[in-house]
Amino acid sequence: MTEYEAVIGIETHVELQTNSKMFCGCAVDFNAEANTVVCPVCLALPGALPVPNASAIDGILSIGAALSCELVEHSLFHRKNYFYPDLPKNYQISQYDVPLCADGHIDIVADGEPFRIGITRVHMEEDTGKSTHIGDDGRIRAASHSLLDFNRAGVPLVEIVTEPDIRTAEQARVYGAELQMIVRTLGVSDARLEEGSMRFDVNVSLRPVGQEEFGTRTEVKNVNSLRSMYRAIEFEIARQTEVLDSGGTIVQETRHWNEDSQRTTSMRSKEDSEDYRYFQEPDLLPLHIDAAWSARVYAAIPELPAIRRSRYLETGIDMVTAGVMVADAGLGELFDAAVASGADPKQAANWITGEVVANLRRTERQLADLPLSAEHLTQLDEMVSAGSLSATAAKDVLGGVMDGEGSPEQVAQSRDLLQISDTGALTTEVNTVLADNEDAVDKMRSGDMKPLGFLVGQVMKATGGKADPRMVSELIRNSVKE
Amino acid sequence: MPVEIDIAKVAKLARLALNDEQLASYGEQLGAILEHAERVQAMATDDVEPTSHPLAMTNSFRADVVIPSLDRDEVLSQAPDSVEGQFAVPRILE
Repeated sequence: MTEYEAVIGIETHVELQTNSKMFCGCAVDFNAEANTVVCPVCLALPGALPVPNASAIDGILSIGAALSCELVEHSLFHRKNYFYPDLPKNYQISQYDVPLCADGHIDIVADGEPFRIGITRVHMEEDTGKSTHIGDDGRIRAASHSLLDFNRAGVPLVEIVTEPDIRTAEQARVYGAELQMIVRTLGVSDARLEEGSMRFDVNVSLRPVGQEEFGTRTEVKNVNSLRSMYRAIEFEIARQTEVLDSGGTIVQETRHWNEDSQRTTSMRSKEDSEDYRYFQEPDLLPLHIDAAWSARVYAAIPELPAIRRSRYLETGIDMVTAGVMVADAGLGELFDAAVASGADPKQAANWITGEVVANLRRTERQLADLPLSAEHLTQLDEMVSAGSLSATAAKDVLGGVMDGEGSPEQVAQSRDLLQISDTGALTTEVNTVLADNEDAVDKMRSGDMKPLGFLVGQVMKATGGKADPRMVSELIRNSVKE
Repeated sequence: MPVEIDIAKVAKLARLALNDEQLASYGEQLGAILEHAERVQAMATDDVEPTSHPLAMTNSFRADVVIPSLDRDEVLSQAPDSVEGQFAVPRILE
């Protein structure tokens, strides 16, 4: 049996969340009623002319810069011609041979192995309108029609194309997650897969291990989550392996991922190979990204996920915990602030990724809605280090703080969770217990340490469980020795 | 030298329904244009910067500011048919 290696490349579309569309002043508003944010430009009425949105160009350049691309100095818009009713002009303004960003890469760790994925290009284009067909929502009146809403037509769309460097479904999933985090960190898009503001098309082919030449690829569309992408790739690898092993050949085609059946199925293939008749968009001037513009873009790039992750790992916290705080910028900021105000990184990270995340999930709240500050975490950490709170009690106190009961001090007081860690007070309690249990003390003096646990228990009982057991044990050992 | 051109394919891509007579006549005309293009292509242009736009200008942008959109009733009044605020077109089969 031949052993195959998968060759995977991913095309990602990201809608930029600018105020207005790419080539006109209509609002980018995904909640607007159908066809209420449209104008002569995005409806392609005769004579209307496009003018590019400067913020969208800034947005794509920041994505390119974050992916270590070259920001191309002289760039152009092209027309991509095809006929489909959701495309009112019968062409899409896109980029062809000179995209705004080229030759980048992204470094990732998947399955414990670091690897680099080349970014071929990042180019600017416009989104299409939305079409609804009968069966999509079962509206009877629309039975003989497709319905078109052009609110989305002309929304700035960035396409990010990788080199065919990806080899496994897990690498593809990690790439998708990292790209999503980068785009969100840059603040150019909410990159929500389920809502379509970020979409993946995945190219998969197989070749015998050791062969240079690529096999025939299929393109899988409609993967609406990272999990779907992973499963669609696994499915395609299995399907193609079966075809090849049984002596068949792979047909180059577009396949559709079906979430319900968890399979890819062939979409009706077009009679002719696609011919988009690209030519330069005569209505738009060439783009010139000079050094000053590039410099401005680079200067505005915030701390990227990879850098944040390595910074967290350096504080000694583990990869998984770091990953949780990189994926959620809010959690990361809380952690940074807590550490800055003096909290122990490991302790703060454990509380944030443990109790805080669990509380948010349980109460279905956003981090911003929690009455929890970084200083609270630092105070809590100080109380544990000073011995006035046990590790278990600290979690209770944290819960109280998140439930709005006040500062850690206040919660510890009102829930009566403070430990007695004052040596003077504890020594008195210890002496009383020792005096009442002379037999046990004698045993210990003769070298039998068994009664220690019993004596500690007696002190804990006498203090209503509020003594620091480590300290009690220490005090008992010391007095017995005397 | 006349340039061979698959005029039927070009017409199909542009969704133009041409009869045989038109195919022949447009094929001839387009062929002549391509012949001229070939002559230009044959010239030594290695040192010439490609013209990407007739105007020697770059970077005409607009600020990211929202301006009012059109009234929906007015927009849909131009449509052959509409359903629930949407353009209705013959069902797209795919």
